[in-house]
Amino acid sequence: MFLPHTDKERQEMLATIGVNSIEELFAAIPEKYRFPDLNLPSALTEMEAQEVVSDLASWNDNLKEMICFLGAGAYNHYVPAVVDAIIRRGEFLTAYTPYQAEVSQGTLQAIFDYQSLMTALTGMDVSNASHYDGATAVAEAITMANAHFRGKRNRVILSPALHPHYRQTTRTYHANTGIQFIGDDPGADLQAHPNHLADLLDANTALVIVQYPDFFGRIYDYTQLAEKVHQAGALFAVSVNPIALGLLKAPGEFGADIVTGEGQPLGIPLSYGGPYLGIFTTRKEFVRKMAGRLVGETVDNRGQKAYVLTLTAREQHIRREKATSNICTNQGLMALAAAVYLSLVGKHGLRQVAELCYHKAHYAAQKIAAIEGFSLWSNAPFFNEFVVKTPLPPPELNEKLLEYGIVGGYDLGQDYPALKNHLMFAVTEMNSREEIDYLVSTLVEVCHA
Amino acid sequence: MPEPDLCEISVPNRIGFRYPEVDVPKAALPEGLVREILPLPELYEVDVVRRYTRLSQLNHSIDTGYYPLGSCTMKYNPKINEEMARQAGFAAVHPLQPIQSVQGCLALMYDLQEWLKEIGGFAGVTLQPAAGAQGELTGILIIRAYHQDRGDLKRTKILIPDSAHGTNPATSAMSGMTVVEIKSDSRGNVDLDALREHCDDTLAGLMLTNPNTLGLFDENLEEVIRLVHESGGLVYGDGANMNALLGIVRPGDIGIDVLHYNLHKTFSTPHGGGGPGSGPVGVRSHLVDFLPSPIVMITDEGDDETPPIYGFYTPPKTIGRVKSFHGHFGMMVRAYTYMLMHGKEGLRKVSEHAVLNANYLLARLRHVYHVPYDRICMHEFVAEGRWDDAPEIRALDISKRLMDFGFHPPTNYFPLIVHEALMIEPTETESKQTLDAFVDALITIAEEARTNPEILKTAPHRTPVGRVDEVKAAKDLILACGVGVEED
Repeated sequence: MFLPHTDKERQEMLATIGVNSIEELFAAIPEKYRFPDLNLPSALTEMEAQEVVSDLASWNDNLKEMICFLGAGAYNHYVPAVVDAIIRRGEFLTAYTPYQAEVSQGTLQAIFDYQSLMTALTGMDVSNASHYDGATAVAEAITMANAHFRGKRNRVILSPALHPHYRQTTRTYHANTGIQFIGDDPGADLQAHPNHLADLLDANTALVIVQYPDFFGRIYDYTQLAEKVHQAGALFAVSVNPIALGLLKAPGEFGADIVTGEGQPLGIPLSYGGPYLGIFTTRKEFVRKMAGRLVGETVDNRGQKAYVLTLTAREQHIRREKATSNICTNQGLMALAAAVYLSLVGKHGLRQVAELCYHKAHYAAQKIAAIEGFSLWSNAPFFNEFVVKTPLPPPELNEKLLEYGIVGGYDLGQDYPALKNHLMFAVTEMNSREEIDYLVSTLVEVCHA
Repeated sequence: MPEPDLCEISVPNRIGFRYPEVDVPKAALPEGLVREILPLPELYEVDVVRRYTRLSQLNHSIDTGYYPLGSCTMKYNPKINEEMARQAGFAAVHPLQPIQSVQGCLALMYDLQEWLKEIGGFAGVTLQPAAGAQGELTGILIIRAYHQDRGDLKRTKILIPDSAHGTNPATSAMSGMTVVEIKSDSRGNVDLDALREHCDDTLAGLMLTNPNTLGLFDENLEEVIRLVHESGGLVYGDGANMNALLGIVRPGDIGIDVLHYNLHKTFSTPHGGGGPGSGPVGVRSHLVDFLPSPIVMITDEGDDETPPIYGFYTPPKTIGRVKSFHGHFGMMVRAYTYMLMHGKEGLRKVSEHAVLNANYLLARLRHVYHVPYDRICMHEFVAEGRWDDAPEIRALDISKRLMDFGFHPPTNYFPLIVHEALMIEPTETESKQTLDAFVDALITIAEEARTNPEILKTAPHRTPVGRVDEVKAAKDLILACGVGVEED
């Protein structure tokens, strides 16, 4: 167990303190509230506890046993064995935040690697050490733009094809900061080209936020939109799927000022929604307005290269209410996972996995669209996700697919009333041609048998 | 020798990982959208494993040594937690799977909500916040929404004691609140006169850390809470210091309206070199309608034959989501396993021993290091790292010298109300032998401060790198290296 003291040691310690019992140490607590009788289960041994917890795990349908075509912001990718072997090392796993650089060079240099890999992948100048997830990274992008304009521009244009959770989270964060959100009202034309978001620009616009690939899987060249945003004096932010950047033009190439993203696809297990990884990169001129930890290279007093947390005067523990954000704990271990993943698969592997996703998704889309009653919702280019109109209500269809061992697509009607009876399927390198064919034959069977 | 940069070890055309070949007809790639340069490194598996294994060996960690870090609760992280979170039944589950296929996840979350409610004395708990600071944000947004819902729009002032964590004022500012700092009295409690002065009809709430960051349980806590409530404000509890209170006192019982827990402090989930954390929030009954969505609930009670069915629920006046999906589920599995293994008696023992260890350290050190607020402490205490007869020595030097003895330094320069603060939190998982060795090191350092101050000023001497040049880092701003080799 984890409590070391023997009775004898406990007595010695109490004597050193000068009290007779442990209870005496709690005299400052009002007596009527002291030592409540908690209604909690009694302690289990490790042997018993692991059985209880594993039993709960067994109630779930897990993706080692099921075939998965569900994405919508979290993706079923292969995690190479190296990633977990590294991140479960106690020296990384059980280390504290690297405030004391002399005993934290491992964590610091690993974060420096992460920052380097993220800037290379997104085509930007600087990366922070992570945010909580793709949603809060977007919320923090708005905070940064707001600070950049010193609160003088208070409109933010959200693409309606930005993940619904990200749009909800940004509204929660900015409920009281005077930011006005436009662009994603329920009547927005979801088929419109994103260049139309430029029609909403005005002198009060601080930031325009799009997703790449967008929530529906579509990919657009945002060069023209970025130009118009900049002409209006506003900033342009892009939320990315990092795997897609193995194949697609980096957002830095089309003029993004801020790139955020959900880093989960980079070697992080699905784990029913977290912990994941919030990517945040930007241009050098904004670095002092950026939130979150940052590692810089320097030297030590022995003349060696060394790493240290830098520009900490932006952060809450120094600046308090004037900090760029309240963020403290971030996703350190998940950033390490992404760094190890990208170092391992590297330039060739990331392109390969991105192409696998792309080709398999296109094969699946073509096959599904050919089934009677199904049709592709959009003709725009897409990456590894696509939307189809379904002949049966999506919840009913998904329930039937589950019986066949398939975790089906995402029911878009939950978030978009206009997309009732539309499902979004995701395909990754984990889906073999046989699995895709099985999905197609199962859809035929459950819809037309 | 430090490890070289990634780009220095990258070799063109080296392959690190092979994926299967494409087994479907290839589609045309999207015109004009394909990237030409992907400047990532080209390594192979052995390069990667050795690089990160060697890097790991440059770290101090709980698995390799002791952390007396005040306010951070660096307790041991049980290995079984890691096994439990990694099983396919949890790790390979998609967050948007149909409800009927994730009943195990929901049952675990439901129990965890219930247990945290019971431990804190609350009527509702959300597991969604990603970390303590996000828990704070959630809590303050709930307080704001509560006042707005009552049409009480002028309540935008948050009172924060001068001993508070920096996240408290930063959170309040982020929530659109005005921050007013209030001072502590000579015994380390909230100064009641200062508090009274600010208790008016613009008061939204007080953010209170209790035990406070001096490690002291506020002796006037009931009066503090009464004053805030009487003027129409609410009390936010910073749960960073919950490790002192498990089974000892329930914050909700005393009248704290909303509180965040840190699963990565109190409930043993690993810190991971700075995260991920997990910051569930508990609230009393008048605030449950404002909790972030979704909350796990039982949708069908079941009976002796059939287990209950779990689902999600959106509170009617919810502040909305604070992140994607349902929170850091992997951390919840770890905390759940930890709580199962402790049970109600075990959790009380955790806090009792955390407090015992802190008072033992305090008793052994108070004659060597000045303790400005010297009374029975809770799970931590604050000493001063300075002596009149060693004028050059600062807390920083003591901290750096401790590294030479194999210890991580205490939190220093916090709380701000103590000069040259050394904030020491032993946690319950350290043995008397470790605590004694730590005390011996601190006594030796106190002697050295008088006899050989230079050895402190130039410390550490036995770490992989010496004192680092922070000024140069901030001036040069080298924040990334080129990671790939340039294209031919």
